[in-house]
Amino acid sequence: MLERKPRRWAAASALALFASVLTGCGGGDGGANTLTYYIADAAQESVATRCAGESGGAYQFNIQRLPNTAAGGREQLLRRLAAEDRSMDIVSVDPPFMAEFANAGFLRAFTDAERQELSQGVLDGPLKQSTFRDTLYSAPLYGNTQLLWYRKSVLQKAGVDPSAGPVTWDQLIKGATQAGVTVAAQGRRNESLMVWVNALISSSGGSILAPGSENLPANEVKGGINSPAGATAARIMHDLAVSPAAPPGFSTAGEEDSRASFQEANGGFMVNWPYVWAAFDSAIEEGSLPANFKDDVGWAAYPRVEAGTESASPSGGLGLSISSFSRRQDLAAQAIRCLANEQSQKDFMIEAGNPAALASVFDDPEIREKFPMADEIRTGLDAATPRPVSAYYGDVTGSIQTSFHPPGSLSSQNTPREANQLLEDVLSNKRMI
Amino acid sequence: MSITTPAAPPRKPTETRAARRIRLTDRARKERNLGWMLAGPAFIAMVAVTGYPILNAIWLSLFDFRLTDPDGRTFVFLGNYATILTDGLFWKQFGVTAIITVVTVSVELVLGFGLAMVMHRALYLRTALRVAILVPYGIITVVSAYAWAYAFSNTYGFVNSLFGLGDFDWFGGTWSALFTVCVAEIWKTTPFMSLLLLAGLAQIPDDYLEAAQVDGATAWQRVKRVILPNMKAAIMVALLFRTLDAFRIFDSVFIMTAGAQSTETLSFLAYRQTISRVMVGLGSAVSVILAILVVLIAVLFVKVFKTDLSQQRGDKK
Repeated sequence: MLERKPRRWAAASALALFASVLTGCGGGDGGANTLTYYIADAAQESVATRCAGESGGAYQFNIQRLPNTAAGGREQLLRRLAAEDRSMDIVSVDPPFMAEFANAGFLRAFTDAERQELSQGVLDGPLKQSTFRDTLYSAPLYGNTQLLWYRKSVLQKAGVDPSAGPVTWDQLIKGATQAGVTVAAQGRRNESLMVWVNALISSSGGSILAPGSENLPANEVKGGINSPAGATAARIMHDLAVSPAAPPGFSTAGEEDSRASFQEANGGFMVNWPYVWAAFDSAIEEGSLPANFKDDVGWAAYPRVEAGTESASPSGGLGLSISSFSRRQDLAAQAIRCLANEQSQKDFMIEAGNPAALASVFDDPEIREKFPMADEIRTGLDAATPRPVSAYYGDVTGSIQTSFHPPGSLSSQNTPREANQLLEDVLSNKRMI
Repeated sequence: MSITTPAAPPRKPTETRAARRIRLTDRARKERNLGWMLAGPAFIAMVAVTGYPILNAIWLSLFDFRLTDPDGRTFVFLGNYATILTDGLFWKQFGVTAIITVVTVSVELVLGFGLAMVMHRALYLRTALRVAILVPYGIITVVSAYAWAYAFSNTYGFVNSLFGLGDFDWFGGTWSALFTVCVAEIWKTTPFMSLLLLAGLAQIPDDYLEAAQVDGATAWQRVKRVILPNMKAAIMVALLFRTLDAFRIFDSVFIMTAGAQSTETLSFLAYRQTISRVMVGLGSAVSVILAILVVLIAVLFVKVFKTDLSQQRGDKK
């Protein structure tokens, strides 16, 4: 008997362990008023804490963090939503992926009353990318657009002055080469490359998908890249990548690499999101940048492709959506009213450096003091051109990222044709990416 | 516990199953039942967790099925396989995978053999030495891939400054990027290779080597004529295990290059179709092809190169 005791104990503890593992799997739902909130940015958590406090106990949050990259976030949401994960209530969706989720029936549409409330005062760019087939599926939490950032000290030598009026990509490349400085852009093969390609094609009046593709089945979607706009985009990307103005490691540079290049002694120009402004502050605090670095930094509207045509600046941001499989959809809608309200957007903008989607936030004195470029951001957001709205966005961006990379090997003759062909073949399941 | 099983009587051609069952003694039957009761649950669990997904993947691979479009699921029979095998991308990535496999496994074999000799011959600090050599193998592949990605980075890496390469972008070209991936793989898995080789090395009786030495064989002759022939089985097993592993490479490529600059491998192809594009049918077909290739490699080693897997378990001397 004595010998058996330890076994019994072992069996009991194994059972207990197994049971706790099982509870662990089933858990996570919390109480009846706990909403599981998938966040993409750490700053969303402090806003959520404030909202939960203000709700007077009506709801609280179980915060779950999505992966850092846009593609990683998409994959996790897609997998969980496709598996009809009932433990998800509010999800943070990168706008270009929203159509894909909405088309699959993963997101609950906002009612007319909710739509009216949530879209009131929202800037045009962020609002456009939150609707799919004239239905609001995401409440814009923040909008985003890229600006042209420059070092004031290099302008004279470069012979271009973005503060005096719009500049073109060609002028920038030529000027930076002349001044021996760099033009940082995102040549890395990920979503940021798609952002760049889309901005270039849209800036010369083209579009990645042929108009009217939104509601077509995958195999009938036509590309719009094989066009003069596509050729111009390929030419500009190639010209920059092979010019002396391209920072080292151009074909592997994402947003943060671009910022690092811009901060170098030979940094000159950069296209990037406004978060860099807050990031400069952090770098100054850390001591990796001189205290007066920001005095030398200027900003202007996104570069043009043609001198006479206004640029279509990139559009980004984040929307809050309710999962169709959530068991607390009305409570989630109630929480979103707070999570995306003016106060929340302002707090979020200050903490994360990402611009609000509500126009009124840009008039706030505190915001204007912290973001001296608030007006340019607001103008950019209004003019921002969303990436293609498509239920098959994953395939669209994958094809573009494959065909437009590495930027140094693009050709204005072949790239648009090949990219268009790949896109259509992939969508009709004839080729893979 | 040792149970002596009575020897089964020789089977007669005319004997039926029922007749055989009757002949089993009570004890044998009980033992057999006990065996099933003990092993049965594990067997069922194994079938459930491995058999079901495999069969499901084969079944799914016959459909054009996108997870975001469940209603559009159509049966295409072998259509997905035709798409894959006629797509140049598949063959390109097959080539990349083959190059990575051949390069890493060959280098690992040479380095692993050297390390195994060191571990075998070391007179002092044997345990410490073995632990030190095995440390990389204990590191999670993703972590080691990040470490090497940072090491080769042209902004914060040490490799460029160590070799005076300025701001050379290792990840900016196909060959240099593949080189970094191979380095990470070799660093990570050479210890595994050396461990398998060490087991083979330890099985060579010292008498052989002493006899060779007495006969006047040089060190190189001893390696070539005594050690290597006697280690053949261990070497083949080590090569088989590593080849199967290397052919399925994913983590290092995913972290270090994200598949850019044409560094995508076959596992990456399966990942992209299944996870990124949620084309479950097409992705399953890629996975099935990958599995078939892995089985073919195993068959090649076992049947053609006559690799004796029992050697590894120490069943034979």
